[in-house]
Amino acid sequence: MASMRDIKRRRSSIQSTQQITKAMKLVSTVKLQKAKNRAEETNPYFNAMYKTVSSMLKRSGTIAHPFLKPTGSDKKAVVVITSNRGLAGGYNSNVVKLVTESGFKKEDVVIYAIGSKGREALERRGYQVASDDSDVIEAPVYEDAAEVCGKVLTAYKNEEIGEIYLAYTHFKNTVSHEPTLMKLLPVELSGGGDEADSNILMNYEPNDEEALDMIIPKYITSLFYGALVEAVASENGARMQAMDSATSNAEEMISDLSLKYNRARQGSITQELTEIIAGASAIS
Amino acid sequence: MAENEKMFPVKIITPDRVFYTGEAEMIEFNSTSGQLGVYKNHIPLTTVLAPGAVIVHEAGGEKIAAVHAGFAEVLPDAVTLLAEIAEWPDEIDVSRAEAAKKRAEDRLQAKAADVDLARAEFALRKALTRIDVKAM
Repeated sequence: MASMRDIKRRRSSIQSTQQITKAMKLVSTVKLQKAKNRAEETNPYFNAMYKTVSSMLKRSGTIAHPFLKPTGSDKKAVVVITSNRGLAGGYNSNVVKLVTESGFKKEDVVIYAIGSKGREALERRGYQVASDDSDVIEAPVYEDAAEVCGKVLTAYKNEEIGEIYLAYTHFKNTVSHEPTLMKLLPVELSGGGDEADSNILMNYEPNDEEALDMIIPKYITSLFYGALVEAVASENGARMQAMDSATSNAEEMISDLSLKYNRARQGSITQELTEIIAGASAIS
Repeated sequence: MAENEKMFPVKIITPDRVFYTGEAEMIEFNSTSGQLGVYKNHIPLTTVLAPGAVIVHEAGGEKIAAVHAGFAEVLPDAVTLLAEIAEWPDEIDVSRAEAAKKRAEDRLQAKAADVDLARAEFALRKALTRIDVKAM
């Protein structure tokens, strides 16, 4: 059995760890609240943008536009959104796993990292990292999203890459976050939608190609921005959960150690008593 | 009811918030190919927004806002503006806009090689729009 002093030392060390996890939980709860509100405010734009662009593309029929057809390149750009800090449970590794288990060939993938945890993990696994905008995730604003978007789209236009994917954590609600891998370009339309809608012939100003040229980057940027905001909310949600379970685990360990400590204390008292009694009876 | 038949829903949405929703008789805005005024039953049109004032003619009066970039989707029975930046006049800081205007003008004047002219021009137009909207 461990000595009383050892048990005591271990218990106090767990106690101070518990204090830290508790504080971290509180901090991430507050941050989550803020991030959640932002994610909710962004949603209408994101949804309206998606609706507009998909109905637009349906109506426009067969416009030959570089963004709508595959380029010659086999390379796949993956924008990976993770956090800069750890201690968030499986949050970062889930996103990384999404990329490593996506079935893409390692040499075909070019990583555009947002969040240093994801960048480090993917670099270690031998992926090629083209750019790193990790400071963006601290406080995402629309301009940041536009900047990253510009970088990826330039590479796409130069035919350095043929497909653009986005790996991020979708924020469903406070307790449920879903790592998601989304294909951005070339645009693929999911779902049939209502057919009646698509009969209206859409006019574009200045003309089809120029309008799409300006709208598609905005569409991609809005997806990026939406993903960034959701990722921040998910990160804090994940950290809150992780810290909550860490705190309760610490609680459990402390009560276990307290029990052991009391037993050891009682044991040593009993032992001392027995020794004293034995000594006394030996004298008499 | 005759009055109401002319009305159509207008939405202005930015990445940060739903900027405006309401019913309007007409909406005016700047597109890259010129100023547009849209009544109900307009032909379907998608156009790119240029920095400028957006005037929403509601039943009770007009509402003015500064909108800087984005695009508009016009359908016969609804108009949606997806703007990157939109501001009401009371949210505009004129002194900041004046400063930005001056900065952009200086940059355009200098014509140095390392200055992004398109960007400076866009900044200038943004500043001018802000000042104009505030003055309306």
